[in-house]
Amino acid sequence: MAEIFGIPVPLLLGQLMLGLMNGAFYAMLSLGLAVIFGLMDEVNFAHGAFFMMGAMFAWMGGQYFHLGFWWMLLLAPLAVGLFGLLVERLMLRRLRGMDPIYGLLLTFGLTLLIEGLFRTFFGVAGSPYNPPALLGGTLNLGFMYLPTYYVFAMAASLAACFGTWFLIERTKLGSYLRAGTENPALVQAFGINFPLLVMLTFAFGSALAGLAGVLAAPIIQVSPLMGSNLIIVVFAIVVIGGMGSVMGAIVSGLALGVIEGLTKVFYAPISSTVVFILMALVLTVRPAGLFGKEK
Amino acid sequence: MNPVATQMSASRLQSAGSSVAPTGKAEPAALSIRDLHAWYGDSHVLHGVELTVNPGETICLLGRNGAGRTTTLRAVMGLTSARTGSIGVFGKEVIGLPQHHVARLGVGYCPEERGIFASLTTQENFLLPPDLPTRFPGFSIDEIHQLFPNLKARANSPGTRLSGGEQQMLAVARIFRTGARLLLLDEISEGLAPVIVQALGRAIKELKKKGFSVLLAEQNFRFSAKLADRFYVMERGKIVLEIERSELGNKQAELNELLGV
Repeated sequence: MAEIFGIPVPLLLGQLMLGLMNGAFYAMLSLGLAVIFGLMDEVNFAHGAFFMMGAMFAWMGGQYFHLGFWWMLLLAPLAVGLFGLLVERLMLRRLRGMDPIYGLLLTFGLTLLIEGLFRTFFGVAGSPYNPPALLGGTLNLGFMYLPTYYVFAMAASLAACFGTWFLIERTKLGSYLRAGTENPALVQAFGINFPLLVMLTFAFGSALAGLAGVLAAPIIQVSPLMGSNLIIVVFAIVVIGGMGSVMGAIVSGLALGVIEGLTKVFYAPISSTVVFILMALVLTVRPAGLFGKEK
Repeated sequence: MNPVATQMSASRLQSAGSSVAPTGKAEPAALSIRDLHAWYGDSHVLHGVELTVNPGETICLLGRNGAGRTTTLRAVMGLTSARTGSIGVFGKEVIGLPQHHVARLGVGYCPEERGIFASLTTQENFLLPPDLPTRFPGFSIDEIHQLFPNLKARANSPGTRLSGGEQQMLAVARIFRTGARLLLLDEISEGLAPVIVQALGRAIKELKKKGFSVLLAEQNFRFSAKLADRFYVMERGKIVLEIERSELGNKQAELNELLGV
């Protein structure tokens, strides 16, 4: 059997694919955080809880309302986005102009509250969520078999990332957002409703986390704690990519997914810490992150 | 009463007279600032500014560094931390309005630091300020490109890759096309090559022909001398002198002393 550095090629390619898929999720999650941070200077600690809500909503939709995956793929992100919109409008907006640490504390508290509520009602054991029939089965990629749904989830995540990038970098609305990230006062002086822009951006970032949650539901166990397991890694990725950088979030999300996957093959003991080792390295060399600008 | 104050009230009467439209119906001033106080945090920067820009007038606000010219413009846009008094824009009171509503009354603002966005291309910077609900035609995009051909040639460059002069052109050009009819231009001639300053001067004259009202905050008296209909001089957060264009000759000495030329 063919080998590279003493590792069988199929194993290597397999981990590469899984790494890419994880990376696509990392990218989508860190993208939402980065967009929010860029515009609001606010670290949304509740991002993991929003991810979990997306997955839980998908599961609840099927359980209580018999709404299938495709419906929930649309409805759950909308619901999470609406929730995010209310959080911004009713709570975070009041903290505007204060030290960002208050926003961090607020969203941290919110995370405990949301996770606590879901734990009370659903326990922590977790429930499986089946992929839709259309995407059942496996695909033969030639070098490995991969569940069809994995391929779909990866493609959908990448599409969401690209769509977000396009929206921000190539549209008029995106130019408001980029300008607002640089100089909110001037954007207001031009007559743009900045508070509305902030509210919609927060809702959009939340919906993106919700979408990631729905897409992840058939892959990992749906449980109230699924967000907090993931979010710390995502924070590290945002730091590596550069706080607030859209391209940085996408590229470092994908790259770290792959690096993590390959570490599992080459030296498994550090596969769960490699992201943090890289974060420490990047912070030493480039404190603003790979794609970030020094402020 | 000191002579300056007497002159001021005399010329204010004059300018109030000139604001009466031929029909006999009073047209509201483009900008009418009364007893304006403004603060940055704890520091009290403006101390009762009184200033009028009549429709179609080009007015220059002179003064030494730190006299409060920039703060006066920023206070109109709601960019100081607190303000009291009255700021009328085309007859509407601005104090108390949300920040993004000021522009919608027909105000275009060019900040001293130019405010070109690094993450936007020249074209995106140019098209960023949204159209305002004023029905004032302003300049078409083609007309602006005729005034500043460089902006068209460099449309796809990042805004901050432009030269200082091109960035200044971009900063003023982008508020010519929005329907704004009162322009607040802060230090637009500062630190630029003479050829650029001339281009900007030509643009200001075109503004006047189109019926824009313009308030220039300038340290460079020579730039504004040829453009403005009236001059205000600020010192320590107050207007201390108002000069009609026709009085420039007589008051040159007084002006020089105030400006420290």
